[in-house]
Amino acid sequence: MRSDYSKILSNGLWHNNQALVALLGLCPLLAVSNTVINSLGLGLATTLTLILSNFLVSSLRQFILPEIRLPLFVLIIAGVVTIIELIMHAWFYELYKILGIFIPLIVTNCAIIGRAEVFASKNRIMPSILDGLAMGLGFSFALIVLGGFREVLGSGTLLAQADFLFGNTAKNWKINVFDDNSGVLLALLPPGAFIGLGLLIALKNTFEQSNRL
Amino acid sequence: MTSSPAVIAALRIGLFSFIIIGLVSLVYHGTKDKIADNERRALLQSLQSVIDKRRYDNDLVHDKIQLQSGGQTYTVYRARQAGKPIAAIITSTTTQGYSGAIDLLIAINVSGTINAVRVLNHRETPGLGDAIELKKSNWILSFNQLAIEGLEQWAVKRDGGNFDQFTGATITPRAIVNEVKHTTLFFQQHQHEIFQ
Repeated sequence: MRSDYSKILSNGLWHNNQALVALLGLCPLLAVSNTVINSLGLGLATTLTLILSNFLVSSLRQFILPEIRLPLFVLIIAGVVTIIELIMHAWFYELYKILGIFIPLIVTNCAIIGRAEVFASKNRIMPSILDGLAMGLGFSFALIVLGGFREVLGSGTLLAQADFLFGNTAKNWKINVFDDNSGVLLALLPPGAFIGLGLLIALKNTFEQSNRL
Repeated sequence: MTSSPAVIAALRIGLFSFIIIGLVSLVYHGTKDKIADNERRALLQSLQSVIDKRRYDNDLVHDKIQLQSGGQTYTVYRARQAGKPIAAIITSTTTQGYSGAIDLLIAINVSGTINAVRVLNHRETPGLGDAIELKKSNWILSFNQLAIEGLEQWAVKRDGGNFDQFTGATITPRAIVNEVKHTTLFFQQHQHEIFQ
C-alpha cells in the first residue's frame, strides 16, 4: 500500500511529469511562466483543480456511465475551474488580473481530463487525491523553475510582486539578482519560453541518463 | 416501458449539470459583492492615478457618461468640486501601437490643461515599447500640466514635434501622443455635452 502511494508521488513529480514528460498543458505553461509569482499562482490553481476534479471523479465513479464519461468529466472540470476563478477574482484580485484568461483556460489543460480518465475514474478516493496532488506539484515545479529562469534572465529579479499572492508583508521579498535594464529580453518573449522549456526537458533527460549508467 | 440506455445517459448528464450549476451559483453569490467591490476599488485607484483625490468631492466612479465620436466610444468620468466641473477623465484606446490595443486614461482639466495620462493596458515589446509605463520610465509624465493650446503641433520629435521617442521605439510613443491629441480634440468639441 505504502509503495503504491510513493509510486503515485514519484510518477507525478518526476517519471510522468505532466509538463516535462507528457508535455501536456503547455499553452498556459509557456504563456504565464515569465515570473516566479505568476508561475506559482497558476501552479497552485492547477494543482487545486487537479485535486478537486480527481476527488469528484473518483467519488462519483459508480455513477459515471462509460458512454458519457467524457462530457461528465468536462462538466466537473469546468465547474471546478469556474469556482476557483470566482474565488481568485474575489480574494486574489491583482494576481487574477495578471493570470487573466489563463485561469479559465485551465479547463483546456489536457493534463486534468487526462488524470480523470487514466487514474481517478479507476481508483479509490485517497489514491486519486494523491495523484492529483502529485501531478499538480510536478506541473507547478516545472512552471516555477521555468518562471525563475525567465525572471532572472529577463528582469534580473526573483519573487517580484510577491505581494499579489502573499499580501503586503511580501512586498520586500523581491530579490535583485542583476541591475535593472540589463535583462535578456529574449527570455521574457515567447521564444524564451520555448527555449527554456527545451533546456529543462534536456536537463531532466541528461540527469536520468547519467543516473542509469 | 423500460427506459432506453440513451434516456438514462441523458438524464444522468442532466442531473450532473444541475448539481454543478447549483454549486457554481452558490459560489457566485458568495463572491459577487467582493468581486464588484474589487472592480470598483481598482477603477478608483486608476482614476486617482490621474487626478488628486483632494481636487474633487463627487462620486467619481459613478459620475460617468459614454459618448461616441469618430467611431470610438469614450467613457468619461466627471470630477466636480462642490458641483462645479474640475476635470474630465477619459478612457481611450489606440491600435496604432506595435502590438495590439493600448488603453489610456487621460485626465483633462476644464481650465485647459492635460492633468495627467496613464497607460492602463498594453502589449508593447518589453524593454522597448514598455517605457510608456510609469514603472519603467518617466516618459508618460511629459503630458503633466501640458497646455491644450498648440495641440495641433503635438507629435514625437521624429515627426517634427516636441515629444521624446525612446531608443528603438518610435511607433509606441507616436501612437500615444496621437491618441492623447485626438482625445483632447474630442474633449474640446464635446465639453458642453460632457458637463451638461
